[in-house]
Amino acid sequence: MDFGSTFFYKYRRFIKTLKIYLLLAGPGLIVMLADNDAGGITTYAVTGSKYGYGLIWFLLLLLPVAYVVQEMTVRLGAVTKRGHAEAIFDAFGSFWGWFSFIDLALVNWLTLITEFIGMTAALAIFHVPPVFTVVIVAIVMMLMVLQGKYWTWEKIAILFAALNIIYIPAAFMVHPSVSEVLSVGLIPHFPGGFNGTLFFFLMANIGTTIAPWMIFFQQSAVVDKGMKEKDIPWGQMDTLIGSAFTVLVAIFIVVVTGTVLYGVEVESAAQAASMMMTTSPWLGTCIAIGLFNAGFLGAICISLASSWAFGEVFGWAHSLNMKVREAPWFYACYLFALITAGGVVLIPNAPLVLITLFVQVIAVTLLPAALVFLILLLNNEEIMGKYRNTTLQNIAGTVIVVAIIVLSTAYALTTLFPEWLM
Amino acid sequence: MLTLEIVFGQRIGSVFRGWTDKIQEINKKYEKPRITMSPGVKIALLFLRVYLILLVILLGYKFWTMLK
Repeated sequence: MDFGSTFFYKYRRFIKTLKIYLLLAGPGLIVMLADNDAGGITTYAVTGSKYGYGLIWFLLLLLPVAYVVQEMTVRLGAVTKRGHAEAIFDAFGSFWGWFSFIDLALVNWLTLITEFIGMTAALAIFHVPPVFTVVIVAIVMMLMVLQGKYWTWEKIAILFAALNIIYIPAAFMVHPSVSEVLSVGLIPHFPGGFNGTLFFFLMANIGTTIAPWMIFFQQSAVVDKGMKEKDIPWGQMDTLIGSAFTVLVAIFIVVVTGTVLYGVEVESAAQAASMMMTTSPWLGTCIAIGLFNAGFLGAICISLASSWAFGEVFGWAHSLNMKVREAPWFYACYLFALITAGGVVLIPNAPLVLITLFVQVIAVTLLPAALVFLILLLNNEEIMGKYRNTTLQNIAGTVIVVAIIVLSTAYALTTLFPEWLM
Repeated sequence: MLTLEIVFGQRIGSVFRGWTDKIQEINKKYEKPRITMSPGVKIALLFLRVYLILLVILLGYKFWTMLK
């Protein structure tokens, strides 16, 4: 037998598993890599420049946090065949339904603006005018959904998500001391002692790990993909691999800025990319492309999460498997969100910094509700049947949800009242 | 009786009418929560209400101090 045949025979079970995974992979991988959106990249870049490799251990803790929360959306979506917005309306009535839906629409729209801020800032490094960036991004994003197949959209999105790992070669380009990364990064400690600023950074990193749109997006994507109960283990694996990637990418961003810009005052990922451009154009280019891609991926998921939610609540047709004439309102919502959010970035002297801060505050009004509803729904035997949370899942879920609520609330409050940290 | 059609005119009014009818239809459809209101669920929803009220008070306070 030749080498190919021998290889295939030896690893046939693994290859078969990989083939099935690649068919079923999607929502978990996309949502997790999109989690490292423009805001996330900025948080990690600033964390690295401020604390070097000192908080890598903390980023590792975010893996189970992201997995436990997002895994619940897989089960809920696969069992109920409903998105999170519809599930809340159905289970908790119209008051909580409207509250979650209106809050989601607002938070998503504001977050979409921040993604456009990230994308325009990234391409501005290459002297691309913001108008050009916004128009091209809107056209590409519309073309992605207009082809009328969820499967095709998903695979294109995965290609963009794969570009997110550009930070891994970027980290190798800066030649970090591996022994230092391991010795400083993996041993839990608080660099410079535990103080208000460090606490703020810990909260910011937790805050970027789980956002309300992620819960709504993944559950709706699972439904649109047509995943059934039997697909749950694949969805869980997809989410786990996605969680591992998101943390890996975050760590490599910290390694890049922790090596090159440690001790330098950095305010955003775009600023970090510009700084690197002067010393190493290739590195700066990688960071800028990564930032643009992060914003793009975030924008894809956020605008879809809103459109799905609108469709679920108003009873409109809402699937990427439908043509425009079959689901006009679904695509209209998608286009409207894109055009208005992109348009805000182009307004001269628009309060973009204020919007970025405001997102954190508004998000924290929705996140606790979305998480609490998730836990309650996953514990309902009538809704979930044998797929409801086990005791262990409840303990892990409750601890993580309480931690996220406390830390993200503290983060939003310190954004509102920075004097409280002093 | 003052109707949406009188306030906004026939064309725009009927668009708004369509929306309000749709919202009423949704409210009717989801009038009764499907989930069983066990003590745990009640406590969780009470916590959410208190949390949101506190958050709104803090946001209001921030807005007030900014205006001052």
